[in-house]
Amino acid sequence: MTDQTPHSRPPRRFNPAWLGVLPFALFVSMFLIAPTLNIVIGAFQTPDGSFTLANIQGLFTRSIMSSYWISIKISVASAAIGSLVGFLMATAVVLGGLPRGLRAPLMTFSGVASNFAGVPLAFAFLATLGPLGLVTGVLRTEFGINLRAYGFNILSFWGLTITYLFFQIPLMILIITPALDGLKREWREAASCLGATGAQYWRMVALPILFPTIIGTFALLFANAFGAVATAIALTGSSLNIAPIMLFAQIRGDVLGDPQLGYAMAFGMIVITAVANVTYIVLRIRSERWLK
Amino acid sequence: MTRAAAWAILILGAIYFILPLMGMIEFSLSMRRGEYSLDAYRIVLADPQFRRTFGYSVMMAIATIVVGMLLVVPTAYWVQLKLPRLRPLIEFMTLLPLVIPAIVVVFGYIRLYNTSSWLPLTGSLTGTNILLMCGYIMLGLPYMYRAVDTGLRAVDVATLTEAAQSLGAGWGTILWRLILPNVLVAVLSGAFVTFAIVMGEFTMAALLNRPAFGPYLQLMGANRAYEPFALATIAFAITWACIGAMQLFTRFSRQGRPT
Repeated sequence: MTDQTPHSRPPRRFNPAWLGVLPFALFVSMFLIAPTLNIVIGAFQTPDGSFTLANIQGLFTRSIMSSYWISIKISVASAAIGSLVGFLMATAVVLGGLPRGLRAPLMTFSGVASNFAGVPLAFAFLATLGPLGLVTGVLRTEFGINLRAYGFNILSFWGLTITYLFFQIPLMILIITPALDGLKREWREAASCLGATGAQYWRMVALPILFPTIIGTFALLFANAFGAVATAIALTGSSLNIAPIMLFAQIRGDVLGDPQLGYAMAFGMIVITAVANVTYIVLRIRSERWLK
Repeated sequence: MTRAAAWAILILGAIYFILPLMGMIEFSLSMRRGEYSLDAYRIVLADPQFRRTFGYSVMMAIATIVVGMLLVVPTAYWVQLKLPRLRPLIEFMTLLPLVIPAIVVVFGYIRLYNTSSWLPLTGSLTGTNILLMCGYIMLGLPYMYRAVDTGLRAVDVATLTEAAQSLGAGWGTILWRLILPNVLVAVLSGAFVTFAIVMGEFTMAALLNRPAFGPYLQLMGANRAYEPFALATIAFAITWACIGAMQLFTRFSRQGRPT
C-alpha cells in the first residue's frame, strides 16, 4: 500500500507532457465536440439565445415524428436482418466445415462491401431492383412475375432496407467472425461429453456467450443505418421522408420554416444514435469477459 | 450446422451481393441498344465535370491523409510514450465520429464557422476547403488512429526513443526517421481506407457546396440514364482497390514481423 500517508503525495503539478496532445485536443474540440455541442445547445435556445423547450416540443408534430418513425423502422429492420444473415454467413464459413480458403475472400469482400455505401450503392440497387432493373426485368420476362404488381417499390421501406443490407451484413460478418473464433473447442467437447446435442450446445453455451456481441453489433448496425444519408437521398430523392433526408433538406433550405427546429431534429438524431452506441459499448465490454 | 446448410447459406448470401453488382455493370454497358458497349464510360470520362470533381476529390483525399497523419502519428506516439493513461480517452474520442452522424457535425460547422462567426471559414473558398478537409479527417479518424495505434503497439517505442535520444536525435528526427518507417505499413493501410471514404463522401461536400465526386454522382443520377451506373462501377472499383490494397499491406506486415 502506497497511500498510507496521503499528505505525503506531491501536489498535482502541471505535466508538460500534456502539451504533446494539444494539437489533437484542439482539433477534436474544434471539429467534433464544439460543432456537436453547438447543435445540442441550439436545440434548447430561442432565436435570441434564451433557454426554451419549445423546439423539442416542436418535434412532436405528425410529419417529424413519422419521419423519425420510418427511419427507426428501417434501421431496426436492416440491423435485425443484417445481424441474422451476417451471423449465419459467418457461422457457415467459420464452423460449417467449408474449405478454409473461403474465409479470406469473404473477409476481404466484407471489408469492401461495408465501405461501399452512399450514392454508388443506391445506383447499384436501382439497376437491379428498380423499375428497369436486372432482377425486375428477368422476373417479368422469364417468370411472369411483376414486382410492381406485388406492391414492391425500390423507393419504399423494403427497398431501402434491402439496399442497406448490402453494408449491414458485411459489417456484422467483420465483427462476429473474431467472436466465433473465440468459442473454444473445449466448450463444445465438454458439452458433448455431458451428453448435449448440437442444438443444446448452441442454445445453452455458445449463444449465451455470443449474445452480448450479437446484441451490441445490432445496436451498432442500427446507428449505422440511422445516420446513412447519401444512400437514401440518391435512392429516393425526397419521396421518402426519413429523418436524415428531412434534416438534409432543412439544412439546405429551411423546409421546416424554423431554423431552431432543425437543431432540435439534429439533436434527436444524436440522442437516438447515442443510445444505440452506448448499448454497443456496454455489451462489448461484457462480451470481452468470455471472449479473450 | 451441416455442411450442406452452410453451403446453401453462403451461396444465397453470395447471390444477394453479386446481383446488384451485376445489375450495375450490365446497366453501365447497355447504353447502345441491343449490344454491350463502353459508350457510357466514354461519355463520362470525357465529361470535364467528371474530371474536375474527380480531381478535386483526389486532391482532398491526399490532403486529408497527409494532414490527418501529421495529427494522428505524433499523437498516438506521444500517448504511447508519455501518457499511456490517456489512451482510453483518446481512443474514445477517435471513435466518436462513428457515433455522431456526419450530417449533424457538418450542420454544426455551418453554424459555427459561418461568415458572421469568429472564424469565418465558409466565407472563402480556401476556408471552405480547409473546413471540408477537417471534416474528412474527422470521418477518417477512427480508421487512421486505430491503424497507427495498432502499428505502434507492435514496436518498442520507449527503447527506440531512448536509443535515438542517446545518439542525439531531436523529436522531429525521431518521428520522421524512426517512428514513421516503423509504422509505415499501418499508416498506408489507414490511408487507403480514408481515401475510399473521401472519394465516396456525399453529405459534407454537398452541404458545404464543394464540387466533389459524391455530389457529382448524385447529380448525374438525377439527370442521366446510363452514365450514373458507369460512375458507380468506377466508384466500386476504387473502393475495391483501396480496401484490397489495405488488406494486402496488413497481411504483408503481419508476415514480415517476427512474433
